[in-house]
Amino acid sequence: MTASVIELTVTAADRRIARLAAAAVGLSLVDAAIPTPLPGVKPGLANIVTLLVLERYGWATAAWVTGLRVIAGSLLLGHFLAPGFFLSLTGAVASLTVLAFARHLPRRWFGPVSWSLIAAFAHIGGQLCLARVWLIPHDGVFLLAPLFAAAAVVFGTLNGLIVARMLADQPPPENAHA
Amino acid sequence: MASRPPSGIISRLAPWLALLRPGDWSLIVGAAIAVGASLPLIWQGGLADRAVIRQEGAIFAQLDLHARRRVEVAGPLGTTVIAVEPGRARVVSDPGPRQYCVRQGWLSRPGEIAICAPNRVSLQITGRTKAYDSLSY
Repeated sequence: MTASVIELTVTAADRRIARLAAAAVGLSLVDAAIPTPLPGVKPGLANIVTLLVLERYGWATAAWVTGLRVIAGSLLLGHFLAPGFFLSLTGAVASLTVLAFARHLPRRWFGPVSWSLIAAFAHIGGQLCLARVWLIPHDGVFLLAPLFAAAAVVFGTLNGLIVARMLADQPPPENAHA
Repeated sequence: MASRPPSGIISRLAPWLALLRPGDWSLIVGAAIAVGASLPLIWQGGLADRAVIRQEGAIFAQLDLHARRRVEVAGPLGTTVIAVEPGRARVVSDPGPRQYCVRQGWLSRPGEIAICAPNRVSLQITGRTKAYDSLSY
C-alpha cells in the first residue's frame, strides 16, 4: 500500500482571506447577539471587514471574505440554507455588486462612509426584493422599507466611520495592492 | 485618539467628522431626507381601493373609495348606515347596543374592518391585492 499524499498549497493570500473571514464571522456573531426591535434590523458589523478588505486587498478578496463569512456564519448560527441564510446571501451579493462600482467613485469626494451607505441600501434593497418574491409574496413587506432604510442610514454611517477611522489609523501594509 | 485632550462633545466628535468627505455628507443628508419622505408615504399601508360591505356574510356592496356615497344596509335589528368618502369609509350609525363599529370611526387602510355583529353587517377596506390576516412559517 502506498500512501498517496494530496498536497494543498496554501498561499499567503489564502491565509489572509481565512484570517479576515474569521474576523468577519466573529463580528456577525456579535451582530446576532445584539437584541433588535425588528428582525432584520442589525448593525451589520461584519460589513466593516468587507469594506476594509475592499479598500486594502481589492474586490475579489472582499467577495471571498464575505462569501465565507455568510456560509460559516450561518453554520455557526444554525440557519444554513434556512430563509435567513438566503436573505444574508442576497444582501451580501447585492452590496458587493454595488461596491464594485462605488469604489471607483472619486476619492476626493466619496470615502468609506459613502461606500458603507451605498452598500447598506443595496443590502436592504436586495433583501426586501427576495422577501417580496419568495418569503412574503405581498406588497405589505415594503411597508417596513422606511424602517429598514432608516437603520441603513444610521448603521451605514456608523460602520463607514469606523472603516474610515481604521484606514486612517493604520497605513496600508507592504503587500497590499494599491 | 485626538491630539488634544477631549474637553467636550465637539472636540470628541471632531476627529470623526474629519473623516467625512463632502460627497459623504451629501449622501447621508440625501438618504436621511429620502427616509423621512418615505415614512408617511409608505407607512399608509398600500392604497385603500374599495369598501366591501357584507350582510349576513354575503357581499352586499363593493364600493370604490373615490366618490362620496351613503349606503343603508338592512339587518335583523334595523338599518346600518355606512358613509364612503375618497380614501376612507365608516359606519355612521347602527342599531346595535354597544356601537363598537360606529366608534371605530374612519377606516382608511387595507385590511381594516368594522363589524356590527348584532346587525350582522361588516365594512372592510381592501387594497389592490388581498391582504393576509396573518402568515406563519
